[in-house]
Amino acid sequence: MTVEQIVSEGKDQFPIGMRVLAVDDDPTCLLLLGTLLRRCQYHVTTTSQAKTALKMLRENKNKFDLVISDVHMPDMDGFKLLEHVGLEMDLPVIMLSANGDTKLVMKGITHGACDYLLKPVRIEELQNIWQHVVRRKKKDRCNSGSKDKPHPDSGEDAGIGNVDNNGKLNKKRKDQNEDEDDERDENGHDNEDPSAQKKPRVVWSVELHRKFVAAVNQLGIDKAVPKKILELMNVEKLTRENVASHLQKFRLYLKRISCVANQQANMAAALGTADSAYLRMGSLNGLGNFHTLAGSDQLHNAAFRSFPPSGVLGRLNTPAGLGIRGLPSPGTIQLGHVQNSGNPTNDLSKLQSFVPGNHNTNILQGMPMSLELDRLQHNKSVGHIGELPTTDSTTVFPGSGSLVDARITGFSNNPLLGVTSNSLMLEGSSQQATSHTSVSAIGFQNGNALSDFTLIAPASNQLQDSKADSQGQASLINCNAGQIIRSAPQEWNAPRKDAPYQSHALINSSIPINSAMIQLGQCLDRNNSIFHRTTDLDSVGPLNFVDPLSIKHSEGDNYIMEPSVIEKEGYLMFQPRPHGSHVPDNTGSLKDLASAMMKQEDDFGCNGYSLRTSI
Amino acid sequence: MERNPMRRQLAIMRQSLFDQGHVDEQFVQLEELQDDANPNFVEEVVTLYYRDSARIILNIEQALERKPFDFRKLDAYMHQFKGSSSSIGAKKVKAESTLFREYCKSGNGEGCMRSFQQLKKEYATLRKKLGAYFQLARQAGPVETASRPK
Repeated sequence: MTVEQIVSEGKDQFPIGMRVLAVDDDPTCLLLLGTLLRRCQYHVTTTSQAKTALKMLRENKNKFDLVISDVHMPDMDGFKLLEHVGLEMDLPVIMLSANGDTKLVMKGITHGACDYLLKPVRIEELQNIWQHVVRRKKKDRCNSGSKDKPHPDSGEDAGIGNVDNNGKLNKKRKDQNEDEDDERDENGHDNEDPSAQKKPRVVWSVELHRKFVAAVNQLGIDKAVPKKILELMNVEKLTRENVASHLQKFRLYLKRISCVANQQANMAAALGTADSAYLRMGSLNGLGNFHTLAGSDQLHNAAFRSFPPSGVLGRLNTPAGLGIRGLPSPGTIQLGHVQNSGNPTNDLSKLQSFVPGNHNTNILQGMPMSLELDRLQHNKSVGHIGELPTTDSTTVFPGSGSLVDARITGFSNNPLLGVTSNSLMLEGSSQQATSHTSVSAIGFQNGNALSDFTLIAPASNQLQDSKADSQGQASLINCNAGQIIRSAPQEWNAPRKDAPYQSHALINSSIPINSAMIQLGQCLDRNNSIFHRTTDLDSVGPLNFVDPLSIKHSEGDNYIMEPSVIEKEGYLMFQPRPHGSHVPDNTGSLKDLASAMMKQEDDFGCNGYSLRTSI
Repeated sequence: MERNPMRRQLAIMRQSLFDQGHVDEQFVQLEELQDDANPNFVEEVVTLYYRDSARIILNIEQALERKPFDFRKLDAYMHQFKGSSSSIGAKKVKAESTLFREYCKSGNGEGCMRSFQQLKKEYATLRKKLGAYFQLARQAGPVETASRPK
C-alpha cells in the first residue's frame, strides 16, 4: 500500500498492519522474528528460503511493504536477495545478522539495505522499522513527482535530472518557450502532469539505475534485453520502453566510455572545421561544458531542450554556441557512446557533430556515428543515440532525462551530456542519453566518459547540410544524419548503422532550428510516424538500432522511437519537437535558434507530441 | 514471591539460570512474548532451537573429523549456531561459539577442538536445565509475571 493509502486508511493505523516478509534460514530466529513482528502488530509472512521469498515478492510486489532478511542463508546470499528486491521491487529491505562487523554492515548499506540489525533482534528495534517504509514511499513519490529536482549528487546530476524533466517539460511546453529555468520549475510539477505524455517521465535515479545495472549485469550485457531487465528490475511504473531507452543510453554510455579516447581523436578528425571548435568544446567542452551545463541545470535543459535547431547549430558551432547553456555543444551528448561495442569511434565523432546546435556538422557527424555505433552495438534497446560522437565527454544524454540525471553525476563532467544536447538528442536518442545517463551515473563502467556522449543533436544535422535547413531540421538531421550516416555508415556500419538513428535522433533534437526545423519537422514527422509505428517500444529498444543505415528512417524511427520511448518513460521526451522551445537561450545564437525552432516546434511539437503520445 | 510452592520453585530455578549465566536478557524477551495467545512460546522456541542446533553441532563434528579443517566452513556453521543461540539467550553457549569462531579465524585447529568440546558441554547443561525448567513450568501452570534477573 502506498503511504497515501495507509494514510487514507487512517493515519493512526499505520504502521499497524504493515506487511512484512521475514526471511531467515534459522528456524529459531525466524520464529522469534515473526513473533516479535506480530507483537508489533505488523502483518507477517515468514519463509526460510530466500528463493521462496523472491517468488512471493515477484508474484505480487504490492503484497509487502518491507522485507527483513538474514544475511547468511544457504540458498541465497542475503545481499543477493537484497539486490534483487531492490532492483525488482524497490521495497525497503532490512538486513539481519548475528555478525555486526562494520564491513558487513557497510556491505549491506551499499547493497541498498535501509537498515542493518543485529541478532538477537529486540522488539524495540522492530517497532521502528516502519519508518523505512514511509521514507521509501516518500522518496518514490518525490522522485516521480519532482524529477526535476536535481539529485543531490551533483549539480550535473541535478541538472541532468532536471533536464530530463525539463526536457519533458520542454516538450510539453514547447510552445511556451520555456527557459531552462522555467523548465526546471516546471519539472517540479511536471511529473505530476504527464498528461501530454503517455507516461510520466521516469527519473532514472541513482537507485533505479543501480538496479538497472545490476539487472544488466546479471543478464549479461549481451543478453540484456529490456524485457528481461524490466522483469528483473521489477520496478513499478517502469515500462519496457523506459528500460529500453535507458538501456540504449547505457549502451551508448558504455560505448562512449570505451571509445572516449578514440572518439576524441576521431571527433577532431571527423568534425574538422566547425567541429573542431565544437569538438574541442565537445570533448572538452563536453566535459567542461557539461560542467557548465551540469552546473546549470539550465544548461542541461538548454542543451537538452533546445538543441537549438539547426539554426542554432550553426551558431553553436561557435564556441559561444557551444557554450550554450548546457547546449550540447560541448559534449553533445554522445549518446552514441553508450554503445558497448566500441563502435567505431569515428562514428562517434561524427555524432559529435550533432552536438546540439553546436556543430551541426559536427553534430551530425557525430551523430551518425553514434547512431551507428549504437546500433551496431546494441541493437538492443540501447538507444544508441547514434553513437553520438563520443568524442567528448559531452555525452549529452539528452532527454534521457532520468538517466541524465543519474548519470550525469556519474559522468561527472558531462552534466551536459544528459542534459542539453541530450535532451534534444535524447529525444530521439534519448534512450541513448538516458542510457548514458544512467550509465554514467552508475559509473559507467568506463567512467564518466559519457561526455563523449555528445548527442549530436540535430544541430549537427544542420551543420551537415545547412542547405538542408529548409528541410527543416529534421530533415536536415535526417539528411545530415543520414548523410553522415550514410557516409558514416560505412564507418558506422562497422559499429552500427545507427546512423540512421542518429539522424533521427538528431532530427529530433535539432528540430528546433528554424528552417532546418521545418525540414526536420518533416523528417521528424516521418520519424514520428516511424516512431509511432514503432511505438512498440519493445521493438524500439533493441530493434531500433538494429539495422543501421538500412533502417535509416526506420532506424531513425527506432531511434526516434527511442526517444519516444524515453519520453514515455518520462525521459525527456525527445520527441522531435522542435527544440526551438527548448533551445534555451543559452546563447544568443541559441536564442535565435530557439525562436526559429519555436516556429518549427510547432511543427515538430506536434510531431513530437504526437510521437510522444503515440508512444 | 510466588505463593504456590511450585511456582516458587520455578522462580528460583529461573533465577539460577540467569545467575549462572546460562541465559541472558534475551531469554526475558522470549518470556515477554509469551502471552495468552502464545502460552508456550518460550518452550516452543527453545525446542526449535534444540532441533536446529543439534543439526549444526552434528555438522561441525563431521567437519572436525575431516582433516585438514575447513575453517571457513566451520566458521560458517558456528556463525549459524551462534545466531540461534543468541536468539534464545543462551549466554554461555554463545560465548563459547564466539571463542570457537576466533579460533577458526586464526586457523587454530587445536583451539577449535577444545572450544568445541567445551561448547558441547555447555550446550548439554543448558538443555538439561531448560528442560527441567520447562517441565516444572508446565506442571506449575502459567506464571503470573516474568521477573527480570537482577
